[in-house]
Amino acid sequence: MNPLIPLFVVIPLAGAFLIMILGRFFSELNKYLASLILLILVVISIYSLINTGKNLSLYKVGGWEPVNKIPIGIYMVMDGFTVIVLCIINIIGFLSAFYSIAYIKRYTAENYFYALFCLMVAGMNGVVLSGDLFNIFVFLEISVISAYALVAFGVEKNELEASFKYQVLGGLASFLILFGIGFIYWKTKTLNIADIKQVFSSGYDKNFYLFVQILILSGFGLKAAIIPFHAWLPDAHSSAPSPISAMLSGVLIKAVGIYVIIRLFFNMFDLSEGMSVLITTLGTLSMVIGVFLAIGQWDIKRLLAYHSISQMGYVVMSVGIGMILLSRGVTTKIATLAIAGGIFHLVNHAAFKSLLFLNAGAIEYTIGTRNLKEMGGLAKSMPATSATSFVASMSISGIPPFNGFFSKLIIIIAAIMAKFYLLAILAVIVSIITLASFLKFQRYAFYNQRQYPKEHGPKEVPFPMVFSMIVLSIVCLLLSLLAFPGIREAFLTPAIDVLTDPLKYSTSILGQ
Amino acid sequence: MIAYIMCFILFFVGLYGVITRRNLVKIAVSLSIMEISTFLFFALVGYIDGGVAPIVDPSDPVKVYVDPLPQALVLTAIVIGLATTAMLMAVIIRLFRKYGTFDIREIKNLRG
Amino acid sequence: MKGMTLIVKKTTQLIAGMIFMYGIYVIVHGHLTPGGGFAGGVIIAGSLILVTLAYGSDFLKLIKEEAGTTMIESLATIMVILIAVSGFVFGTKIFFNNFLPKGIVGHLISAGVLPLYNIFVGTEVAASIFIIFLSLIIFKEESTQ
Repeated sequence: MNPLIPLFVVIPLAGAFLIMILGRFFSELNKYLASLILLILVVISIYSLINTGKNLSLYKVGGWEPVNKIPIGIYMVMDGFTVIVLCIINIIGFLSAFYSIAYIKRYTAENYFYALFCLMVAGMNGVVLSGDLFNIFVFLEISVISAYALVAFGVEKNELEASFKYQVLGGLASFLILFGIGFIYWKTKTLNIADIKQVFSSGYDKNFYLFVQILILSGFGLKAAIIPFHAWLPDAHSSAPSPISAMLSGVLIKAVGIYVIIRLFFNMFDLSEGMSVLITTLGTLSMVIGVFLAIGQWDIKRLLAYHSISQMGYVVMSVGIGMILLSRGVTTKIATLAIAGGIFHLVNHAAFKSLLFLNAGAIEYTIGTRNLKEMGGLAKSMPATSATSFVASMSISGIPPFNGFFSKLIIIIAAIMAKFYLLAILAVIVSIITLASFLKFQRYAFYNQRQYPKEHGPKEVPFPMVFSMIVLSIVCLLLSLLAFPGIREAFLTPAIDVLTDPLKYSTSILGQ
Repeated sequence: MIAYIMCFILFFVGLYGVITRRNLVKIAVSLSIMEISTFLFFALVGYIDGGVAPIVDPSDPVKVYVDPLPQALVLTAIVIGLATTAMLMAVIIRLFRKYGTFDIREIKNLRG
Repeated sequence: MKGMTLIVKKTTQLIAGMIFMYGIYVIVHGHLTPGGGFAGGVIIAGSLILVTLAYGSDFLKLIKEEAGTTMIESLATIMVILIAVSGFVFGTKIFFNNFLPKGIVGHLISAGVLPLYNIFVGTEVAASIFIIFLSLIIFKEESTQ
């Protein structure tokens, strides 16, 4: 039993309440405490990434051993796919917390911000690490309630309205998830994911199975903002403060949306062709509709939020292609390639979308507006922001040698090899339109000519913000090395193995 | 069987309220009603015919007990529902202070 | 905020103490009868809210009460996490392990660490619900001053 696994949840949870207590006495040291806690988590997660490899670590909370081969405790599982998402959550969390040391000065209640931030990271770590259905629901609610509070942090009209919309739709999603869990418990009388797989593999009722799958897909699809469940995303992600937008768009929709869909549909349900075609269709629609809605936007953060929907469509479409091929039982090599492209694009998108949101925050900090028509000529006066924004824009459009190019290339090659020519052509067209949209962003924000009044002309932002942006852009450049065969074997292949082999997850857990 | 039909009636009442009501507080209350239907469904799932409440009596230990696991899950879910409703109410009160009305048709600042 | 009439004040004087004791009973017998931390905490918060509503308080006293209650809530949560971690340190190396001796079934002091968990969780839930109530009252008072 790996003793490091519960530390991912216990340390930020204790840290959040410690920040609330110490905030009464030392008000200056408080901001550094949150970054320190997240730095400890980054160290532990990188250590786990190097050590995990192909084996699956398990932790039985409370020490309850299985009785008659039936697991009766709560299990926490860490395998190859989990540890990649854990690294993303903790690294981007640390950089956002460091960025917000300088950014949050203009809001009044700083203690609550850092406490809610640590609670959100604790919730996300819990969702990713749990091997039990109801545990996923509880930690999901912890992280999402903190996100509601953080979106409405500066209490202006826009932020309150965005938070209200997010809350009603998020409450509906939680209800659908709980209903689905109720139905699953009714038929299988157990809540452990590996055990449910065993029970389902010995026969089930077809209509009931389809109903439960649609409930779970709708519930988690609302959290992941796939079309047609995307209505809350542009408002919530554009009205939140910038480090929270980076966390929401870069990590939350992946850790509690896409990760759970991939985990449940590959490791718990049997793959059927109808559901796979449905998931691929939803992914393609998100990809296309997201980018068309993003072209006409003049507000920076709304533009980035719509592009989030489009890039998540890439991931879902690619994983859907893998599911279709696996359900037919034909060629597993192409399915492996498609799923590899999907997971690689997930990691890449976390890196460059967070960097783009931090840049938008830096622009708003200096100039005070988010409208593209009112800014220009920032390349000379803000060199660090301009350079990192250029790196991120080229990454998201898929220009070599940045990381977006490699992941989109893998997805398009997998689509062509599996003979889905329409999807490949759509992927290329969407990529070209994304490039056009980001060239507009670069030109209007940085390279136009505009005269500013001399007193409050734009200057470079303070050091913590610059540090976070530069580190994230270095991470973007390093991630393109993941496409090379040697490094890919070490990190991506264990993740794909546990997903494509239908029985490996459940037999490894129940055997220990 | 009648108890399951009650769950569905509560669910549809809640859904109708969320979709058609214009007052913000009524939307929040309808969301709460929808969650209550799920709790009822969960508690009904664990029922075994002829079972008694799952409290161990030291004098008479061999009995048929109702499944206690869904009852623990419903306790946790009720507390989560309370936290969600409290958060929603706080945002609604601040919205009323900013806009001066509870009508949802007046609150459309974010468009596009 | 103003208090209520004389009848409400007299009734509260008689009843609030009993509700508080009933809440403590539900918490402490959490491993023997239904209830436990959550339900008992809500009952205790109910009695505190009843006293505040019936007698009224002025604005500065409400702010001081909120600061103190936040401190109690954070301390109670840290105690819960400390008990979970102490299973790691003292007994075998497992979190949430039940390492105190489990007595005889049906007695009040039995079942290892469960009564301690119930007490701290009950305190925390009571403090949380009281803070929700106090925050809403303070917000209303702030805007009418």
